[in-house]
Amino acid sequence: MLRVILIRIASLLPILVGISVVTFSLIRLVPGDPVIALLGMEADEASIQALRSQLALDQPLVVQYFAWAGRILTGDFGRSIQGGRDVLSMLLGALGPTALLSLAALVVSLLISIPAGIIAATRRNSLADYSASFIALCGLSMPSFWLGILLIMGLSIAVPIFPASGYVSPGQDPAAFFLHLVLPAITLGAALAAATMRMTRATMLEVLRADYVRTARAKGLRERHVIWHHGLSNARIPIVTLLGIQLGQLLGGVVITETVFSWPGIGKLTVDAIFARDYPVVQGAVLITATLFVLINLATDLIYTALDPRVRLT
Amino acid sequence: MAAGFDSGTASRIVRRGVGGSMSAVDASAVIVAPQGWRRLLRGLATDPRSAAGLALVGIAIVAALFAPLIAPVDPELPDFVNILAPPSTSHLFGTDELGRDVLARIVYGARASLFVGVLSVAAAAVVGTLIGLVAGYFGRWADALLMRLMDIIFAFPSILLALAITAVLGPSLTNAVLAIAVVNLPVFARLARAQTLVVSRLEFVEAKRALGFGTANILLRTVLPNIQAPLIVQGSLLFASAIITESYLSFLGLGAQPPTPTWGNMLRNAIGFLELAPWLAWFPGAAIFLIVLGCNLLGDGLRDRFDPRD
Repeated sequence: MLRVILIRIASLLPILVGISVVTFSLIRLVPGDPVIALLGMEADEASIQALRSQLALDQPLVVQYFAWAGRILTGDFGRSIQGGRDVLSMLLGALGPTALLSLAALVVSLLISIPAGIIAATRRNSLADYSASFIALCGLSMPSFWLGILLIMGLSIAVPIFPASGYVSPGQDPAAFFLHLVLPAITLGAALAAATMRMTRATMLEVLRADYVRTARAKGLRERHVIWHHGLSNARIPIVTLLGIQLGQLLGGVVITETVFSWPGIGKLTVDAIFARDYPVVQGAVLITATLFVLINLATDLIYTALDPRVRLT
Repeated sequence: MAAGFDSGTASRIVRRGVGGSMSAVDASAVIVAPQGWRRLLRGLATDPRSAAGLALVGIAIVAALFAPLIAPVDPELPDFVNILAPPSTSHLFGTDELGRDVLARIVYGARASLFVGVLSVAAAAVVGTLIGLVAGYFGRWADALLMRLMDIIFAFPSILLALAITAVLGPSLTNAVLAIAVVNLPVFARLARAQTLVVSRLEFVEAKRALGFGTANILLRTVLPNIQAPLIVQGSLLFASAIITESYLSFLGLGAQPPTPTWGNMLRNAIGFLELAPWLAWFPGAAIFLIVLGCNLLGDGLRDRFDPRD
């Protein structure tokens, strides 16, 4: 298993290098002087010259890239144009709320999708199956920000149960934190639930047709035992794989949800930085998010191997 | 984030090579090629689910093409006497904060969505398929290099990469098309590569090579027609995804700029008036939902036509 992990990490290195190259290139794509892009129009000449020298802009691009990569590896992500704060500390501060929201969305998704998928599979071509499948399709088709807006209209304005926006730290007030978390978690979890439900249904249908399930039924086992212990335990592998992929995709989905609900996570930080033309923050956010995405996919692969020892990752 | 998922079931298939003979093979993740487009369309029209999808997408296409004829008024014409008017006989979907007719803006908004959806998916399909064909056919260093490039693009969450590209290049409809095409490239490349790996090793392809046909001829006239089915299915699903991504970008202010109406920027405006004028949020969101639902229904229908065992 250790060998598999090391091989997998080694295969990631070219991807991580590629991510860093793309992120480095982003600033170079901005029209105009990259130093002005990084410091803003208000910067004085001395700061401009200092940064130009630090970035080695008179050097070939390859030298610039290695200078930038060296700074990133030592934790120097630069300073925000707005307010001059250290970019890395801003990003790390925003990761907490994003992680909490993502986990909550995952829980919402699992609570809805697994039971719905199992019911749809075990009662195939029934009203329950058609209803669950149609609702899942609607969930996949609904833009998440529209769902968020509808939830705000229904559960914050028409019937004021939950706050429409904002964030309270769980350490500060757990009850208020939970109330602020509900609507964004449902918004983010709904699309995840829809895809997971379809995968659960499709996988369970495959598994329930298998010979070992027929044998289990022939032995006289109760249907519930057959479904949970024989069906779901074999169906879990593609479901876990999908969840892992979806968890990575959540890192993109949070951008919209955090903007709608003013949730101070990395998604909202990225959007605010884009509109403020705060390119050091944009660059750092893209790099951190993409790296996390890759690491989550790695974790998914390793969990997949742990769940099914027959799988050998190469 | 909206796309259907396929469990990828194995199927017993019959593949007919173009200019070759029938052969029955067991394979995984290769789907049945349609016997003809007319039969396919007939099949889609008779299946209630696909027919509903065709109808929804068809309405959007008609709205986009004939917007000046369908829209009741000019979508950018303000009417300061009827600001934030609720739905009525004179304004079926109400008016916005400048008195502009919401129905007219939704009809014209279909243009932006379909423009971005069609162009971005077409661009991703053409370039991605070419990359996949080359990678799958030549293998070795070409395959390794091209697929590593695709892996790098895939390493970014798609909405984040699209956001970053439009942020850097500037907000506009054209840059939104480019951004969405880039993030969807790897999907077509990987799919085309996987299909090419199988098809390019079949007897009829080897026969063409032995007869001295050029690589371009083999790839474009023999391999490509035999791998088009899954690409078409994927295209229909990615079309839905592209429309949603465009609406995300517009909602964030990075798509088409005002006064050009898009469903996303209409929803962006609606946020400030949720209490006063909730209809500003209902109708643009419903438009996005219905066209994406139509695309997903159509995509499911296409997939089922090509893979009857699913």
